[in-house]
Amino acid sequence: MDQDATRSNRPYVEFAGVCKSYDGRSMVVTDLDLEVRKGEFLTLLGPSGSGKTTCLMMLAGFETPTKGVIRIGGRSVQALPPRKRGIGMVFQNYALFPHMTVGRNLAFPLEVRGIGKTEQRERVRRALRLVRLQGLEDRNPGQLSGGQQQRVAIARALVFEPGLVLMDEPLGALDRQLREEMQYEIRRIHQSLGVTIVYVTHDQEEAMVLSDRVAVLRGGQVEQVAEPEALYEEPQRSFVARFIGENNRLHGRVASVKDDICKVETGDEVIRALRVADLREGDETTLSIRPERVAVQPEPGLYSNELDASIEDMTFLGDHLRIRLGVCGGTDFIAKIPNVVGHGAVLEGDRIRIGWTPTDCRALNVDDEKDA
Amino acid sequence: MSSRKKAGGRPLLSPRLRALALVLPLLLFILATFVAPLAEMFRRSVHDPLVADALPETVAALRGWDQLSPPGDAAYEALARELQEVRAENRARVGQVGRRLNRVESGMATLVATTARELAAAPGASAREKLIGIDAEWGTVDKWFAIQSAGQRFTTRYYLNALDLDRRPGQGVVRQEENRRIYLLLLSRTLWVSLGITALCLLLGYPVAHLISHARPERQNLLLALVLVPFWTSLLVRTTSWIVLLQNEGLVNDMLVGFGLIADDGRLALVYNMIGTFVAMTHVLLPFMVLPLYSVMRSIPAVHMKAAASLGASPFRAFWRVYWPQTLSGVGAGGLLVFILAIGFYITPALVGGASGELISNKIAQHMQTSPLNRELASALGVLLLAGVGALYVVYDRLVGVDKMKLG
Repeated sequence: MDQDATRSNRPYVEFAGVCKSYDGRSMVVTDLDLEVRKGEFLTLLGPSGSGKTTCLMMLAGFETPTKGVIRIGGRSVQALPPRKRGIGMVFQNYALFPHMTVGRNLAFPLEVRGIGKTEQRERVRRALRLVRLQGLEDRNPGQLSGGQQQRVAIARALVFEPGLVLMDEPLGALDRQLREEMQYEIRRIHQSLGVTIVYVTHDQEEAMVLSDRVAVLRGGQVEQVAEPEALYEEPQRSFVARFIGENNRLHGRVASVKDDICKVETGDEVIRALRVADLREGDETTLSIRPERVAVQPEPGLYSNELDASIEDMTFLGDHLRIRLGVCGGTDFIAKIPNVVGHGAVLEGDRIRIGWTPTDCRALNVDDEKDA
Repeated sequence: MSSRKKAGGRPLLSPRLRALALVLPLLLFILATFVAPLAEMFRRSVHDPLVADALPETVAALRGWDQLSPPGDAAYEALARELQEVRAENRARVGQVGRRLNRVESGMATLVATTARELAAAPGASAREKLIGIDAEWGTVDKWFAIQSAGQRFTTRYYLNALDLDRRPGQGVVRQEENRRIYLLLLSRTLWVSLGITALCLLLGYPVAHLISHARPERQNLLLALVLVPFWTSLLVRTTSWIVLLQNEGLVNDMLVGFGLIADDGRLALVYNMIGTFVAMTHVLLPFMVLPLYSVMRSIPAVHMKAAASLGASPFRAFWRVYWPQTLSGVGAGGLLVFILAIGFYITPALVGGASGELISNKIAQHMQTSPLNRELASALGVLLLAGVGALYVVYDRLVGVDKMKLG
């Protein structure tokens, strides 16, 4: 299926300069700009306190922005109460109505819209088939397992075919295995329906599995919005580099800048890095290097960056080797090397050489190491 | 259950016996204060041996009497003899017998007292002549019917009376004369008033419980305390304060006159009538509705209303389809509690109800405490009330399910 044909690049959902404060003093969301394309799966990812749930609630209409505009389908939704926004919502604790059967729960939004009984039954059947729970119309929510309840909640948010679906950490209450299963279920449902989904989570792996694009939030602002791969390989902000996947951080000061490359002094070493942030001579910077881009005992001269390191410890993890190194005065530098013949040569306590290319070493804004 | 052995080898009291021993004081207490009085009430409603014990031969002589014409001589003789015996033995007892007979037939109390006094010196050859000589009423069927009826050890008469029925000589069971029909009216009034008060408590209490359950946690404790504070005040004080508010020169009337809404000589009668009963009882019973409702409302997740809104429901629809059904167990518990309390309420209607606001419990109290005492009738009314409430409880259980109630 040509998915590009069902999606458009016009923003379907838009946050424009949105601010939110509950008490008039501290801002929970500051000047937030974000666009969601029609049919895409966008995740708001961030630690607690980052404002992601608040954004979702403002989009749903349960909170009003203090400043700024939110648009759905090009029209401002400022004056619209939640029930008129045409959204389906899945909550963290399912919020299934315990006094109704599964079938009645699903039929509820259809009843509200005046849809006839026969049509209701048909749509409920289809919705249950979509989430692979056929035949469970007459069960009570209390008789279902957690995973089943969550699927019913998802079905209920979809049964009336809304243009936008919001999900607020729906998998938070499930155990790991079920969570992973449900992640693939949600992805499959999105691909088969093509409906626009805005998803909130603090779990970056979940965001990577599910999303077309991820918006990383922190302190009420968007740090970066990009496809999962771009976020991982090309983080623009040190928080993003730290939050997504593992990374190594080295602090230093910019000695000189030439085009894209800058020379950064850190401790005794001078490192050549890719200038990502807007840095000038004399600026402080945090360098970010992914552990799998660190070469251990490379051929001399192969990498422009070569440093001395001591091996603190090594862990064999089946498909790769994880080495913790002491570098530039710190002891938390991680290198990951695949389990390929030839790397049995290094042992704990050894002093070795490590290296990486400038492109694999990104000079970003200084990391304040908060919001772990 | 086998008994355990101590290290020394002697068995301890088995756990079962120990449990029983701990519960025993409470069991005895309940038996004494609850089971025994109820059993006594049941007994009293059907067992009335006073006349049978005082005039055994007279009663025996009346066995088989057709009730159509005055009885045979044997009855007259037995009565004459026994009346004098009773008088000689204990004068007060004559009065007791007379009053008991008076319940069946008005005038018997005086008749018996006079007859007993004058029998010794009465002229006449036979007992019949003597008795009729003292009072011609001894020649009528009604007076002898009273003795026969009251002479039965076990009787259904009190239940009949409680339902405005009676037995008349030669007619069997008939309805009481119009001016004596009060109990059915009272029972039905009590039922309807209690239902009305329950409905009013629900109407007023539901929003209060909703407000409290949605208030901020710090506020919730304060609001709950405000609901409970009235319990610190005596029921009598609470009830009589309504008199101060509702009486003719009370605050409410003063305010209405002050605002020009009514004329000074057109003051509203708000107390010593049904309005007084309604208002005061609702006030007293409201916490019993609020608390179970609050407890149930608290357990309804706030997210449900959000979910309903996100699914397109208007606030009214969300309330009616999602919130209200989940509060039904609280409504049931609060409703049942208020209804059962209302139906037996005594003090409040007694103080502020006047005549039109009188309920069955007031009549029961009157028969128990005020002369002429009729504890047997009071017992019968009590049993009927208990049976009525029991029947409603069964119906409620069938419809709603008692196990679905939540009392808090």
